Amino acid sequence: MRVTLLWFAALRERRGVASEVMYVPEGTTLAALYARCIPDDRIPVAHVRNQRVCAPDERVADGDEVAFLPPLGGG
Amino acid sequence: MIALIDRAIDVAAVRRAVDDPGCGAVLVFEGVARDHCDGRRVLSLSYEGWPAMAEATLHAIADEVRGQWPGARIALVHRTGEVAVGEPSVVIAVATPHRAACYEASRYAIEALKARLPVWKQEIYEDGSAWKANAPTGPER
Repeated sequence: MRVTLLWFAALRERRGVASEVMYVPEGTTLAALYARCIPDDRIPVAHVRNQRVCAPDERVADGDEVAFLPPLGGG
Repeated sequence: MIALIDRAIDVAAVRRAVDDPGCGAVLVFEGVARDHCDGRRVLSLSYEGWPAMAEATLHAIADEVRGQWPGARIALVHRTGEVAVGEPSVVIAVATPHRAACYEASRYAIEALKARLPVWKQEIYEDGSAWKANAPTGPER
């Protein structure tokens, strides 16, 4: 399955790109995808699938846009 | 006027966006870049946002305000990029028929924005920089 990943702020710096395309096996959860990309991270992230905040154990689908948001700093 | 922009915010224009002869109260809130944080001197702030989701979130907050305070008008503008000390990074204008609702709605909007808007802030110091998150709850510092 093809998913597009978006990275912001500290995670963008860590990953080195603002967006990327990845191919993942059927049944991959958001949490598993995050762990694969950022293996030893301790930042509490919000798991976002197609611009909607989701539970970490939600599974991704082909064509999804996924983002992991580090703690917000707007205002 | 609901927007995430990458240039200086025209505060007067945000204020004008809520003009309404039926509203007797108007509040303009400016969140302004401060020159210190946790005892460190801050030279400027640099904001990064997720434009698509940020604009959707700003519209959702505006809808909530209009639903919760009948007759309210609201304009919300957040800025990205580098913001010098003393300049606003966010401006929220609210107009309501009476003052009590205006204070409530203005406070609601800034707290909702700080909790939910996909925007990140980097503090620039003389000797480096750091990403700074909003406190989830608790007293203001």
